Amino acid sequence: MPVMNMIGALNDALKIEMRRDSRVVLLGEDVGKLGGVFRVSVDLLKEFGSDRVIDTPLAEAGIIGTAIGMALYGLRPVPEIQFSDFIFPAYDQIVNELAKYRYRSGGQYTCPVTIRTPVGGGIRGGHYHSQSPETLFVHIAGLKVVIPSNPYDAKGMLLSAIRDEDPVLFMEPKRIYRAAKGDVPEGDYTVPLGKAAVLREGSDVTLVSYGAMVHTVMEAAEAMSSNGGPSTEVIDLRSLVPLDTETMIASVQKTGRVVVVHEAPKTSGFGAELIAQINEKAFLSLQAPPVRVTGFDTPFPYTLENEYLPDVGRIKEAVDHVMSF
Amino acid sequence: MTLELMQVISNQGVANRDIEPAIPDQDLLKLYRMMVLNRQLDERMMKLQRQGRIGFYLQSMGEEATTIGTAYALEQKDWIFPCYREPGAAFVRGFKLVDFVCQLIGNAGDPVKGRQMPNHYVFKAGNYTSVSSPVGTQIPQAVGAAWASKILKEPVVVLVYFGEGATSEGDFHVGLNFAGVFKTPNIFICRNNGYAISVPRSRQTASESIAIKAKAYGISGVMVDGNDILAVIRATRDAAERARKGEGATLIECVTYRQGAHSSSDDPRVYRPEDELEQSVQGDPIVRFRKYLEERKLWNASQDEALQEEVKQEILNAIAEAEKNGPPPIETMFDDVFAELTPNLQEQKQYLLDYRKRHPASEVE
Repeated sequence: MPVMNMIGALNDALKIEMRRDSRVVLLGEDVGKLGGVFRVSVDLLKEFGSDRVIDTPLAEAGIIGTAIGMALYGLRPVPEIQFSDFIFPAYDQIVNELAKYRYRSGGQYTCPVTIRTPVGGGIRGGHYHSQSPETLFVHIAGLKVVIPSNPYDAKGMLLSAIRDEDPVLFMEPKRIYRAAKGDVPEGDYTVPLGKAAVLREGSDVTLVSYGAMVHTVMEAAEAMSSNGGPSTEVIDLRSLVPLDTETMIASVQKTGRVVVVHEAPKTSGFGAELIAQINEKAFLSLQAPPVRVTGFDTPFPYTLENEYLPDVGRIKEAVDHVMSF
Repeated sequence: MTLELMQVISNQGVANRDIEPAIPDQDLLKLYRMMVLNRQLDERMMKLQRQGRIGFYLQSMGEEATTIGTAYALEQKDWIFPCYREPGAAFVRGFKLVDFVCQLIGNAGDPVKGRQMPNHYVFKAGNYTSVSSPVGTQIPQAVGAAWASKILKEPVVVLVYFGEGATSEGDFHVGLNFAGVFKTPNIFICRNNGYAISVPRSRQTASESIAIKAKAYGISGVMVDGNDILAVIRATRDAAERARKGEGATLIECVTYRQGAHSSSDDPRVYRPEDELEQSVQGDPIVRFRKYLEERKLWNASQDEALQEEVKQEILNAIAEAEKNGPPPIETMFDDVFAELTPNLQEQKQYLLDYRKRHPASEVE
């Protein structure tokens, strides 16, 4: 089985789906000749031509607005927003149009659009190349939101997303675009949207995360385990909408303790929703109050980004806290 | 570049033979009937709104030539992206009056299942997409659909409506810019009716016209008398022909007048002089078209009287038919968020149904 990084796995998925389904078109800023600023669509223009791999004018609302029209007409557009920090000119098109078309048309129309966009910090990109705005999209009825953490999931989930009958915001953790490597099967396979992965089984504490933070959480979990620390179970949510509540609740019922880790700011971050659900559904199993390890309620800082992002030390301390409660 | 206002029928009802579009007599009478129906429908629905039988209404009074003429000039395979003041275009496409009224009520017969406030209908069978309240969002979408038709090499043209207020939105710029760059088969219909709720056209742009903006996007621009249905048809046919031949998009500014209020919630007496309305009524699109038909001996007063009565009955029948429906079933609220219910939606649906079993709506006051 070939070893790939996230970029290679995503490129492979696009190639497979574009060969399989002639309705799939890519559009965005620099996605054609350049192959995307992160090279995810590299070489696709050569194979599929400029009608299917389209360099657009520089306008996010136009990219998403036209993608909606293409989808209504019967294509399967995969627009790219170069950084999720730049997605907001298209926010109205996403919130009121893309996500609502099926519902507001009484099911007459669907909008199968997969928006790919890099997300997260750790690349020395400052505020405008580092944000994690996922909860601003999770709150939108009618939009699926997913974030893979490794090449295998990235490929399988992107294939699922493009084949989905509904719009999907496909967030790609840019910090691990090249750093995360792994075995990726050749050819076609899918990873379902809405299923969490238990990456590590354990009995004392459940660690819930997604995206690039999964790697930091795994590092912390393994360090604790090799030092005779608590036995941790690690859950990679992979998909925020739909959410696999069942897997998370089953784990918390087993361990009785939970730490949620994400890069996004703390207040109303996705951890708030996760802990609310844990309180509603597993309160009597809890042996300690759930704890969040997150980014701060500040704009994303440039020089001090490593202070902002949760690290192994903060995660270990949070685990110690719930263990000693 | 200065654009002249294209007019076919003079205020006296006489057509300029040089540019008069070829239309079978039978179709001329159908168009007239549709305009009369649209006008009476507006009057009747405003009454229904005042009686509390529907919650809200948007009239298209005064703009019937623009909405019906543009839609008539297309082929049935062409697509229409509406704004919200073009029921006339939907009727041209075959949208049933009873479905229109069901949508206004939001009942179980409503094709959009009571999901949207009045006047937000969808008619997929007629390639007529969904009405949206946010202004201008449909413009880039229409460009995307036209672009798709071009990529798929289908001879389908996509027409999109918006008001002159929408031309101030970013989506107008974005849409026309993409249309110019990708030479999409689009027709942009700006219903310049003078007002965006209370704000006059002069507050939207300092440009001498809306149509002239086409120049900067590298597309064609035309300005027509929007109260002259033959001029509207002529301009739209020309634009459709250019689009179908691969010659790109056209922006058509239809200069018209919003005779009614913005909506049933609006009172134009606060912001515009009443004599302005009187002047505009002289240029009423229905009156003008009737003069033309009379001039051509296709129509007379007694036929008109009979038609008014026939249309009135048709509307009353549609209302009676529509009002037979009850509200949509509660459980339908959770359908069509996605193709399938997600676990949280399943849970919330079950909760609501159980709650309603414990506390029937009729008992809660």
